[in-house]
Amino acid sequence: MLKINDLKVNYGGIEAVKGISFEVPEKSIVTLIGANGAGKSTTLRAIAGLVRTSGGSVEFMGEDITGKDTTEIVSRGITLVPEGRRIFPDLTVLENLKIGAYLRKDSLESDLEWVYDLFPRLKERHWQAGGTLSGGEQQMLAVGRALMSRPKVLMMDEPSLGLAPIIVRGIFDIIREINRQGVTVLLIEQNANMALQTADMGYVLETGRITMTGTGAQLLADEKVKAAYLGT
Amino acid sequence: MLEKKSKKGSVIALVCILVILGGVILLENVSMFMENVPEVLRPTSQLFTVLKKGAVYSLVAVSMNLLNGFTGLFSLGQAGFMLLGAYTYAILTVPMASKDQVYYLFGGSAVKFSLPDLFAGVLGAEGVGGAVSMVLGVLIAMILAGLVAAFFAWLIGMPVLRLKSDYLAIATLGFAEILRAIFQWQRLGPITNGANMIKNFPTFSSFNIENSAGETVLRLSTFVPFLVAALCIAIIVLLINSSYGRAFKAIREDEIAAEAMGINLSKHKQLSFCISSFFAGVGGALFAMYSANAQAKGFNSTLTYEILLIVVIGGIGSISGSVIATFAYVACSEWWLRFLDTPTTFQSESSRTMFIAALAVAGIAITALLLLRARKKKGGTGMMAAACIPAVVFVGYDIYYAMSGAMEVPFLRTGFRMVVFSVIIMIVVLFFRNGLMGTREISDLFKPKAKKEAAK
Repeated sequence: MLKINDLKVNYGGIEAVKGISFEVPEKSIVTLIGANGAGKSTTLRAIAGLVRTSGGSVEFMGEDITGKDTTEIVSRGITLVPEGRRIFPDLTVLENLKIGAYLRKDSLESDLEWVYDLFPRLKERHWQAGGTLSGGEQQMLAVGRALMSRPKVLMMDEPSLGLAPIIVRGIFDIIREINRQGVTVLLIEQNANMALQTADMGYVLETGRITMTGTGAQLLADEKVKAAYLGT
Repeated sequence: MLEKKSKKGSVIALVCILVILGGVILLENVSMFMENVPEVLRPTSQLFTVLKKGAVYSLVAVSMNLLNGFTGLFSLGQAGFMLLGAYTYAILTVPMASKDQVYYLFGGSAVKFSLPDLFAGVLGAEGVGGAVSMVLGVLIAMILAGLVAAFFAWLIGMPVLRLKSDYLAIATLGFAEILRAIFQWQRLGPITNGANMIKNFPTFSSFNIENSAGETVLRLSTFVPFLVAALCIAIIVLLINSSYGRAFKAIREDEIAAEAMGINLSKHKQLSFCISSFFAGVGGALFAMYSANAQAKGFNSTLTYEILLIVVIGGIGSISGSVIATFAYVACSEWWLRFLDTPTTFQSESSRTMFIAALAVAGIAITALLLLRARKKKGGTGMMAAACIPAVVFVGYDIYYAMSGAMEVPFLRTGFRMVVFSVIIMIVVLFFRNGLMGTREISDLFKPKAKKEAAK
């Protein structure tokens, strides 16, 4: 569904992503794991059109979308849940969700229902300002907001960042649930353990290059991955 | 459920606007059908000056709030766009008959038509035809005033909107100053009348309806600015509550997240900038009508700061706050604080003694308040000493005044109004930083349940 070929991204002369290729099959969960500065976030931002690529291509459903602007990419069905949640703090939960659906002109009722079903907490608090929610609820809101655009591919940048382990587990349950309902998920994580348990396919990213590939279970069992990312 | 609620809200808002507009008509016509009305309600009263200027300023303040408060773009170009609007309006509506007189230094105007006269040519210049052509001419000139301002906003928006916060403010301020200089340029005299004012165009009082004998039958000179401002503000409110308004707020809150949601940043910033400038342009046209002349000299940065002040006092991000603050500000600066500018003499020794006592009490009370604050904040001895300064100054002056035996009320003379005003503003900015309303609207105050729950 989503195919990345030899993607390169430069940040002011520094090559953050040095030509990586991977594929995200339809209705799967794919994860990129790696340390800080490995180029994970940059990769997602490049796919979303938020940063310029300096080489390679991004193909979505057979069409080249490299260099298209974010508006175009979101309306084609790829939405990014940005790192650190970045909800709109002074707007209500409902307004936050409506902004997620900004590019759509059709009725939002059924999708609001869908998001509220996934996150009953958001329905309870729909009139509250986003900034008054707890960290976990804000992450729910960030995911819900992205889902309001009816994405085919949902890209998530470190959804577990700064959350308690029990909440992280809840978030990953939701990711599986969203995936079961037909949304393809591309996930990047530092919490490699959770990510690999959830993912169908995993890629290990090191200083801008992919160094290892395998199914989630294979990578979990790999000695090198264990030593470097799982701390066991 | 939600839809129903908002529908009810908009009906209430509409009724409120109609009541206010009706009230204004009544207010300015009371003196027509009642003999002994109090001084305040006579047509020459300050009240109507305040209402007219307030209506004009509130439109400009709300347009500035759309940009600064709702989109989060800190622009200081409002006076420039008002200038564009005022000049566009004035140039297009000066009657053919007075062109030579207005532009006498340049041997007549280069603009060989006048919108009201064009319509008068079709509809007739007398009676109802004349009135209709005047209204049509003014209306179209006003819309064009907005469009010219919006066009210039679009032009400078392309390079300038890439800048952030302070840099954007500096660039737009510079743009407004450049415009002011260009409009005073002698070479442009045949169009802009150089540094001289353009006048004789239709003003608010042109809308007063007169009978054939030349007596005023129905005053509409305060109603007209209210109508235009209410209409424009209603459009802005509708815009803010639409999906575009939500996108503006999203940009204000978090540009990166807004972009990730597919909101085109530059397009929406440009849109907000142009719409804000359009209404500033219309406001400028109203301002020209209010002051009965258009002169570039008046559209300086002080005007922008005045508007900015109103927006800050009212609450950045609150439309009703801006409107309330506008009327309060205009009323204070034009009317209520005027007494501070007139020297006054005490009539008797006892009233003077009472004044001295009151001054002493006030000085001590203020010091006590400041001392309490300083203690609560554990500011240390430095803060405490600073808090005592007002007491020393107040009481010291009080004693001097008591000794000198002067009968004139201290301080009251030309210009003191502005001193008091500055102090009030400083207090507002220091202690009530969110302004009157914060980001709330008047309608929020009538939803006690949701508010209380939100506070929990």
